[in-house]
Amino acid sequence: MQSLGSPGRHRVTGAERVGPYTLLRLERGRLDPGAPGQFFMLEAPGRLLPRPFSLCLAPAGELAFLVDPVGPGTEALCGLGPGDEIRVLGPLGRGYRLDVERPLLVGGGIGIAPLPYLAEQLGSSPPVLLGFRSSEHAEAATLLPAAEVVIDPVLVTELIEPGHDILACGPEPMLEAVAALCSTAQLAWEAPMACGYGACYGCVVEIDGVLKRLCLEGPVLDAARVRTHAEVAA
Amino acid sequence: MRILNASGCLDALAAPEVARQLDAFVTKTVTPLPREGNAPPRIAETAHGMLNAIGLANPGRQRFLGEHLPRLGELGIPLWVSVGGFCADDYAETCAALEGIEVVELNLSCPNVDEAADSAAEIVAACRRATDLPLYAKLSAAHPDVAEVARAVAASGADGLSLVNTLRAFALDRRLRPVLARGSGGLSGPALKPVALHAVSVCHEATGLPIVGMGGIETGRDALEFAACGARDVALGTVLFADPGAPARVRSELEAACSEAGVANSDDARSLSKSPETEQKVPA
Repeated sequence: MQSLGSPGRHRVTGAERVGPYTLLRLERGRLDPGAPGQFFMLEAPGRLLPRPFSLCLAPAGELAFLVDPVGPGTEALCGLGPGDEIRVLGPLGRGYRLDVERPLLVGGGIGIAPLPYLAEQLGSSPPVLLGFRSSEHAEAATLLPAAEVVIDPVLVTELIEPGHDILACGPEPMLEAVAALCSTAQLAWEAPMACGYGACYGCVVEIDGVLKRLCLEGPVLDAARVRTHAEVAA
Repeated sequence: MRILNASGCLDALAAPEVARQLDAFVTKTVTPLPREGNAPPRIAETAHGMLNAIGLANPGRQRFLGEHLPRLGELGIPLWVSVGGFCADDYAETCAALEGIEVVELNLSCPNVDEAADSAAEIVAACRRATDLPLYAKLSAAHPDVAEVARAVAASGADGLSLVNTLRAFALDRRLRPVLARGSGGLSGPALKPVALHAVSVCHEATGLPIVGMGGIETGRDALEFAACGARDVALGTVLFADPGAPARVRSELEAACSEAGVANSDDARSLSKSPETEQKVPA
């Protein structure tokens, strides 16, 4: 993790539409791309708080993030163009462990974001399953051309076969379904986050049966760790 | 002028390099029993501000004293411990157990838990009997006359004031329901600054006590404005979330802000601005 100080300014080198998403490319500067599944806090122009994004791609000299315009902050980020500058802090949190024997990457919707960089770091072209809610959203699968793709109402979990080390990212219902299929899965979670480094106490989720800060414990967690109070009590 | 963090806006154990930029670290509020805090979502961005409803999540007095405080001590930064509770005895018992710290800050104004039954003055008086450590009373600007509360806690033995806590507020989602699971949360950030400046000004006039000013400080100029309203020190809160280098940056910006404003330093700036309304109200 980088030492925590004022986040440096990074120039936008490109912003490409990928289905409904935008792939935002930034000059890397001195930032370390970190481990797949770690995240960066990106300044959202005109907004008070930065937004967390896992790294999607790490081309030479660049860092690229996949942005889903779901609110004013992400919409402002999608509106950036070459030459604009934003502040970037990271890499933060804990990413995926790469010491797996039979990796299977599973993504749902914008949960595809960390998988291209993860696949690259794992090497030897791991199998990838992607699920999207529409064919427009599924255009994001161009980021992982070898992936098997399903579109709602078919669920990505219907394609999972046993015997894999699953590394997944996607909406909570998908992660919960993956956890039910595979207790050793590594799952990347999401939570509203103001700081990304443990200061705001905003991003808690139930981990090991108690509320813990996702930015410090995760965002990638072993499936067995995400348990509710009731599950732990039982 | 010392630069502190606002209580609950930094975890010095998780981010020691941020804490080391400060002149003193203020802990998250400690309550007698452990508190897990409120269910998520706990935070929401608003226009020029944010809401939080963390709910005083903390390990409780026993674990704080046994585990957290010794580790904080190893950081080598002066420590202020924020103390909370639900009655005057809660506060006083924690105060009595504290030693080796610089200041006790009494959180008399958390917007995210039910109010303590006892008045601010009663709590301060109980804590005064329990400890010789300096006591700073952290007040909210939600009171119709915060200067009156400041006078009352001063009369009960407070050594200083921390001004201001967040203001209870709402944010609604696209379907017009509260964003926060708790419903309401505390408003912080730049939207709070004018309110905080006024509270600092009238409390300074009313009591003359040392004041830590806070509420939306983002720059050296902001910090200087708090000094001009009577604050001796300042604390940074929301700005830390976007900029973990803010304490060092604000300190470095102060000098330029002073020369731009035509004052030698922040002490000279203090009390430049007086509020006419307090001049009318404060008895001779």
